[in-house]
Amino acid sequence: MNVLDAVDAASLRSDVPAFRSGDEIKIHVRVIEGSKSRIQVFQGLVIRRQGAGVRETFTIRKLSYGVGVERTFPVHTPVIERYEMVRRGDVRRAKLYYLRELRGKAAKIKERRGIGGAYIVEDVISTPVKAQAPAVEVVETPAVEVVSVQETAVETTPEA
Amino acid sequence: MANVKTVQSQGSAIKGILGKKLGMTQVFDANNKIVPVTVVEAGPCVVTQIRTIENDGYTAVQLAFGAINPRKVTKPEAGHFAKAGVTPRSEVAELRTSDTASYTVGQELRADVFAAGEIVDATGTSKGKGSAGVMKRHGFSGIGASHGVDRKHRMPGSIGNRTTPGRVFRGKKMMGRMGVDTITTQNLLVHSVDAEKSLLLIKGAIPGPTGSIVFVRSAAKMATSETAGA
Repeated sequence: MNVLDAVDAASLRSDVPAFRSGDEIKIHVRVIEGSKSRIQVFQGLVIRRQGAGVRETFTIRKLSYGVGVERTFPVHTPVIERYEMVRRGDVRRAKLYYLRELRGKAAKIKERRGIGGAYIVEDVISTPVKAQAPAVEVVETPAVEVVSVQETAVETTPEA
Repeated sequence: MANVKTVQSQGSAIKGILGKKLGMTQVFDANNKIVPVTVVEAGPCVVTQIRTIENDGYTAVQLAFGAINPRKVTKPEAGHFAKAGVTPRSEVAELRTSDTASYTVGQELRADVFAAGEIVDATGTSKGKGSAGVMKRHGFSGIGASHGVDRKHRMPGSIGNRTTPGRVFRGKKMMGRMGVDTITTQNLLVHSVDAEKSLLLIKGAIPGPTGSIVFVRSAAKMATSETAGA
């Protein structure tokens, strides 16, 4: 696929912080309602990051009024206005699906400290994304975002 | 002149270009949606001949594309390219168009013959599947997986009647070599054009493996952008 790297380079964003599963991040999502665009903040735990290059996606999970909500985004999507690291998590696996069955204190993740932990937390990336034509007059919600609202076994239904 | 393809579609402003399929990737569109695209390195092509009613009985433009070692070009082919005043190319195709007046022999064509938003057809040679059975090759249903079926799960079943007609009809779909067919995918949307690198980003898949030669031309059925861009 090296031939297409130049094509993909135009879609990649350079302001993605080095986050991984277990990290808590805050993403500022552009939401388009009618002709107006606003920013919605979604803060949660990264439970999965998969793929590579322009196809890379991650899933972020939070509890909203006691209901687990997971959203999946392409890492390089322009829908995300900016990323913010909240805290690093100390986890031992890449896919944290086990958290779906856990509640409260059991679902807590230890903070990762020291090299690879604390020093990156200060490196909060808050630069706005590349000059992207603001999406105008889009009725539908942004493309590849998967919102699954379920109590326990959360299943994601990828669309688009 | 590896293989001279003649495009049947005729029309006033049919445009076309030969290119190499570089593969598929995805890009974000203006609405931040993911668009799957096939990247085609379109051109540079050269016009090697113009077919006219007087000489040939039809109008077309002969396009040539692709690097080739001049040592490997036969004398007749070398003469043909020399007549057009261009270096030899590996692929030659004819674009049936009535708009031959806007072409001159030796002219170079690049990806910017197309613009973003246009609807095109893409012709390529499909991937070879080798010897394939009827289920894969013709979409037969096969025979049941259980209920006592005895080692016949992917078989075609009966291929005819009995004494009448006493033979198998010609053209009966059976197993055999599959793929390596000339396939045209119609009504694809040109997502964007990179004139500098001469790349076409075409939404959707195009027949053939990465690196194969594809012929992109204006859609024969001229679909509206609403139907193909949905």
